[in-house]
Amino acid sequence: MTENKSVPLHKIPKGSRVLIVQVPEGKGKSQLIRLGILKGEFIRCLERLPGGTVVIEKNRREIAIGMALAKSIFVAYANTEQADGKVRKKNV
Amino acid sequence: MSEHLTTVNEVESYPEHIDHHKHFNATPVAEDTPLLKIALVGNPNVGKSVIFNYLSGLYMDVSNYPGTTVELTKGKYKDYIMYDTPGVYGISSFSAEENVTRDVVIEADAVLNIVDSVHLERDLFLTQQLIDMGKRVSVILNFKDELEREGITIDTIQLSASLGVPVFQTSAVQKAGFEQLDDAIINAQHGKIIQELHTKLHTMLIEVGSQAEALLVLEGDESLAQKHGIQVGNEREDLYIERRNRVNLIVNDVLKETKTRPRISTLLGHWAVNIWTGIPMLLVALYLIYLFVGKLVASDLVNVTEKHLGNEIWEPWIRSVVTHFIPLTSWLGTLLVGEFGVISMTVTYLFFLLLPLVIAFYLSLSLMEDSGYLPRLATLVDRSLNAIGLNGGAVIPLILGFGCVTMATITTRILGSEREKTIATTILQFAIPCSAQIAVVAALLAGAGFGAMIIYSVTIFAVFVAIGTILHRLLPGESSPLLLDLPPMRLPRLDNIVRKTAFRSYAFMKEATPWFFAGALGVGIMQVTGLLVVWENLLAPIVTGWLQLPREASTAFVMGLVRRDFGAAGLYALALTPHQVVVALVTITLFVPCIASLMVMLKERGMKEALIIWFATWIGAFVIGGIVSQILI
Repeated sequence: MTENKSVPLHKIPKGSRVLIVQVPEGKGKSQLIRLGILKGEFIRCLERLPGGTVVIEKNRREIAIGMALAKSIFVAYANTEQADGKVRKKNV
Repeated sequence: MSEHLTTVNEVESYPEHIDHHKHFNATPVAEDTPLLKIALVGNPNVGKSVIFNYLSGLYMDVSNYPGTTVELTKGKYKDYIMYDTPGVYGISSFSAEENVTRDVVIEADAVLNIVDSVHLERDLFLTQQLIDMGKRVSVILNFKDELEREGITIDTIQLSASLGVPVFQTSAVQKAGFEQLDDAIINAQHGKIIQELHTKLHTMLIEVGSQAEALLVLEGDESLAQKHGIQVGNEREDLYIERRNRVNLIVNDVLKETKTRPRISTLLGHWAVNIWTGIPMLLVALYLIYLFVGKLVASDLVNVTEKHLGNEIWEPWIRSVVTHFIPLTSWLGTLLVGEFGVISMTVTYLFFLLLPLVIAFYLSLSLMEDSGYLPRLATLVDRSLNAIGLNGGAVIPLILGFGCVTMATITTRILGSEREKTIATTILQFAIPCSAQIAVVAALLAGAGFGAMIIYSVTIFAVFVAIGTILHRLLPGESSPLLLDLPPMRLPRLDNIVRKTAFRSYAFMKEATPWFFAGALGVGIMQVTGLLVVWENLLAPIVTGWLQLPREASTAFVMGLVRRDFGAAGLYALALTPHQVVVALVTITLFVPCIASLMVMLKERGMKEALIIWFATWIGAFVIGGIVSQILI
């Protein structure tokens, strides 16, 4: 795994594929896990709207995330080969 | 196979253990007790309602939007009672929808779990949770056709083996594979549960009645824990991550995809959330709606229906019939067919003015919903709504408000926090004119000219922003951020659109009609008893002095108490200058909402908050209307 510095989700450029390294604790976390947004998963930034709302893509699914939430999700850049591969990391 | 896929089935090698496992047996249901309750459960937009309608023959409000169907729909199919549950991503008590779905699932004898094949990874989380709840489950993989177009194949035999429940493939659009639904109900089975969870459930089962409840308590469902008087579990996160990983492994196992070119619908979906393409798309959408609702229906069609059918045919005819028995000048004659005649004017307004508009409006909204455009619009405007303490999701109640404020107020339930519900409700009650009102407003403004239209729009928009901003500053707490699963852009199904439009228009008319008649009757009685003059005299100083409108405009405000739109309609008859039109419309738009929406608000927001908002609209309307008047006139 590339040990890149982690950045908040609302800062990543459109089109980049990233690995989730941290999601916010608290009530919202369960919702994120259900939608498959959790540590160790790969996602792609599909769109970044002015003001910080982002749309991510994960396995053909598109999920819109508001700025307040996006800035508390931290991601690291992943190289394309890893992201496209079927490898999924366990993270418990 | 990893240790996480160690399943309960492996326990079967210990017969003495399996003996007492009544809740894990894998016998098909038909062999023991006859089935009673079948729940259709699935994520939002998986075609659940189409399957429900097919089975039960009943219609339910099919929606592309999570949250618009909080009501539970029940139907009958053969010897089964079918329940169509609100779409959820998992079962807990995070929202009103989840509460409904949770309660139905706990009670259900078997679950038909409808799954969007294209989004297997998302949907199987719920599937696994249903299995973990110890329910008999059959999985229906819907959208087989879309799966093929996306170049994906699913190994259903392997999937069935991994989950331990039967799997069927359907395509709701062509109703293909629906003949297997009988098999799906009969063969619903208990699926595989990992050993570790199984042990935990055992411990909890001693305390609560069912495996379903045991799991939910373990996952931290407070209301269920309270019901059984036990300590709530704190394992939600661990169990969720465990389940998520298990689902990911299963999906990796069964899913094969070949690269295909991006489809035009996918591209359209992307363009809708891009600022450069999204805004032009929004403008085009709004223009098309304007052409259809505002021009074709509101002016061209309504001109024919209202003027011709209403004023020229219906009213003279009913008047001639009634005056045959009752003189027009008598009090009863005035009530029935006079100026505010219950069966003359009211019928014309209701059926020849309102109804065509309501249908046109709901048709546009249904198209936006079912095409998948509405959630993308929510994403596009998310940041703007943040400024008034809401997130993009609030675009749903706000847009619905332009249809019916009452319906929109109910929909504020989908918002994430009490704070947002208060803000959205207040904005709806104040600054969003409902479709019936817009019709009258648009017609009056069209007569008053372009300048009047601009002043009116700017004023109402300013009030909208001001209320949102003030409440956002004043109310404690934080609003929830947007987290929205965007359904794929799909060509809407015509039959769904038609049924949905008919269903909503009917529901609206059913709700609105009595208030219209009551309003007309009320004002009619005030007219014949002389109370109307008393009221006009009472309001006269404010209306003539402060708002600078003719005395009769106060009648419109009386009508506004009963229905806002009816109030606006009362302004038709007055000869107002363009500036007076603006003042009157601003006042009546901001003025108290209709009785029906007040009732709903009382229910949703509680007595205290609802009454504060209600009285605030009184004061706000006359203060702001007056200010506009003082500036303009």
